[in-house]
Amino acid sequence: MVRFTLATDDPVLHDFAALVGSEGAVAVAGSRTRWSVGGELASGTRTISAPVGIVQHQPEEMIVTVRAGTTVADLHDELAAAGQRTALPQRGGTVGGAVAVGENCLDRLGRGSVRDAVLQVRFVNAHGQLVTGGGPVVKNVTGFNVPKLITGSLGTLGCIAEVILRTNPTPPKSRWLKADGAEPKKVFAALLHPAAVLWDGTTTWVHLEGHEADVDAETAMLASLGDFATCDGPPDLPAHRWRLSPSQIFRQCVSAPFVASVGVGTTWASVAQPKRPLDRGASVVAKRMKDTFDQDHRFNPGRCLWT
Amino acid sequence: MITELRDALGASHVRDDAATLLLHAHDSSVFEGGVSGPVCYPVDTAQVQAVVRIAAAHGRSIVPRGAGTGLAGGAIPLGAPIVVSTGRMTQILEVDEVNMVAWVEPGVINLDLTKHLRPMGFHYAPDPSSQQVCTIGGNVANNSGGPHCLAYGVTDAHVLAIEVVLSDGSIAVLGGLEDEPDGYDLRGAFVGSEGMLGIATRIAVRLTKNPPAVATLLLAYDAVADAANTVSAVIAAGVVPAAMEVMDQRITIAVENFVGAGYPRDAAAVLLVEVEGLSSGVAIDAAQIEAIGLANGATNVRTAATALERELLWKGRKTAFGAIAQLAPDYYLHDTVVPRAKLAEVLQQIYEIADRYDLTIMNVFHAGDGNLHPLIVFDGRDEGVLDRVHAAGAEIVAASLAAGGVLSGEHGVGVEKQPYMDQMFGPNDLKAQERLRKAFDPYCRQNPGKVIPSAHSCADIQALKAVPKGIWG
Repeated sequence: MVRFTLATDDPVLHDFAALVGSEGAVAVAGSRTRWSVGGELASGTRTISAPVGIVQHQPEEMIVTVRAGTTVADLHDELAAAGQRTALPQRGGTVGGAVAVGENCLDRLGRGSVRDAVLQVRFVNAHGQLVTGGGPVVKNVTGFNVPKLITGSLGTLGCIAEVILRTNPTPPKSRWLKADGAEPKKVFAALLHPAAVLWDGTTTWVHLEGHEADVDAETAMLASLGDFATCDGPPDLPAHRWRLSPSQIFRQCVSAPFVASVGVGTTWASVAQPKRPLDRGASVVAKRMKDTFDQDHRFNPGRCLWT
Repeated sequence: MITELRDALGASHVRDDAATLLLHAHDSSVFEGGVSGPVCYPVDTAQVQAVVRIAAAHGRSIVPRGAGTGLAGGAIPLGAPIVVSTGRMTQILEVDEVNMVAWVEPGVINLDLTKHLRPMGFHYAPDPSSQQVCTIGGNVANNSGGPHCLAYGVTDAHVLAIEVVLSDGSIAVLGGLEDEPDGYDLRGAFVGSEGMLGIATRIAVRLTKNPPAVATLLLAYDAVADAANTVSAVIAAGVVPAAMEVMDQRITIAVENFVGAGYPRDAAAVLLVEVEGLSSGVAIDAAQIEAIGLANGATNVRTAATALERELLWKGRKTAFGAIAQLAPDYYLHDTVVPRAKLAEVLQQIYEIADRYDLTIMNVFHAGDGNLHPLIVFDGRDEGVLDRVHAAGAEIVAASLAAGGVLSGEHGVGVEKQPYMDQMFGPNDLKAQERLRKAFDPYCRQNPGKVIPSAHSCADIQALKAVPKGIWG
């Protein structure tokens, strides 16, 4: 029988698998822009780098195949030349780091989530073998969703080598606006597809994207909700990221200065979010997941996603 | 065991009469049915837990079931499992406009949810063709798609949190209303797991705002390839419509005879395109799509002038599978995905495969996603026809994989695509999937015998053997 498996013969990925090997504690370092997420890496852990390079961008398929060590900036530069972009955050770092941490970008409402963008992942398992999950097309329900599991797993289940990401066309027009005293809930409700609505308790920022005429129409509509004026971009974000639901940002969960993403929940604050326990049932499954994917807890020791 | 189940749920909510068992032995696919154990109709999470615990104590496996509209055999009971129907868990529990979610029970019907939300200014975006009968729980199990998933994404982009009963009877809440819930994305792993990881008992789905402007275009072509090439060209031009659906002439005529949707009977293919959003952008996109269509050989472009006309165009598309009943008593609807640029080439191969096996094939598919739905119509009473149907199906799968595609875009693997899994995945890939599954269900008691080929899943064989002799389905 003819087989068309997703197996790769890219020697660069196989070299990476050999580098990960099958023994000893190991962690992949990207640009270390989110190095503290999940705790401190155990001392004595070998750190390695993931392979670099954009393998193939297919704008008409809305996908790009990219090795994990490539910087997001380099990827987005290449995609921009074809009028496209991804959901990965612009803040820097590598593609593999962004996928491993799984944080969405500020324009999450416009660009979508990182988890929904990862169509296929190749990673090295604890036995040093290259594994492929997902597939190279925009719609796929073949088998269990390994890409979802790996995305945001903080490198604790495998070492990401290469991903295929969904790309999207960059809208023709982008405009940031802000107003003091506007009611953020009303602003969010009035807009069809804002790229972002941010609020710091006083000021509301809006990022509109789309056809210029639509952006103009929504800009005009916003005048009825506040004294909106164009601005250069989002405010400076405080250092700590809080994972909240959209309703929690209105319940004064954060006492320190903050900037919250309205309709999303994610909030940046000057103090760290207190730790909270994972749902008990989910933590049982999560621990089994870690144990079955990485029996000897080789990967990224010291880092943990739950308390 | 029956007594225990009846004590837990009430006598009338556990059925084991012959008619009920026969009904639950099948889904909507052409695959031979299995053997169903008792069918249970729990009303809440606690009753689901009770059923699962009783099953575990008796070493019986469990198969959850929604409306049974699946086309891949995912709900076919293998090994006389207890079937857990979500037919009595049909409440829309809460609509939360601040968090932009609705909490629903798994038996809520997809279209009922959208009808409930629409007056509030929202809808539930995934819209499978079976949306008038299929359930949200079944959609979660299959990660269902639908025409409008091109722009909005399939089910997993619309499910934020799920309360799940695991195979030991314990409860886990997966995901959350935060944009990035803590821990591994177990919610993402659960959506599309075909009932093999647990039973969803409460689901938080995302609300999507109703767009103020919609344009629906119907483009006619003299060749299917022209329609397919238009789809590629639209995406390449940076336009992502809400939906892009292709229907070939055979299905178009069948639909016209059935509901009179207003499709041209003389076109080799029609392309149905919908763009949604704010009014100016919708007009710009619609004009661009029309121009691209004409440049790619469209012989006629029509834009629905009224809401009624638009509804009729969609009614035609969504009743396509009902329409073919006038042609033959049976059909086998395939589901593969290919890169958009390969659509025309693979379609040609599919027509050739059907000719070679002397079968009637028609195509109606989610072209925007490259999601092919070759539909073979036949009369199952014809000697040997099912063998030819399956042989042609195997070649369609091979052609899709050879083009760089995948086995399933939205129907799932079930028993249908299980034999093909190792054509797409290597042993290490399948091992990773099996690990994922066992983290949820270490004893493989949930819907055993599906998705992962048995050679890669020893525990399945044990689970299926642990039933009384002679009862194997």
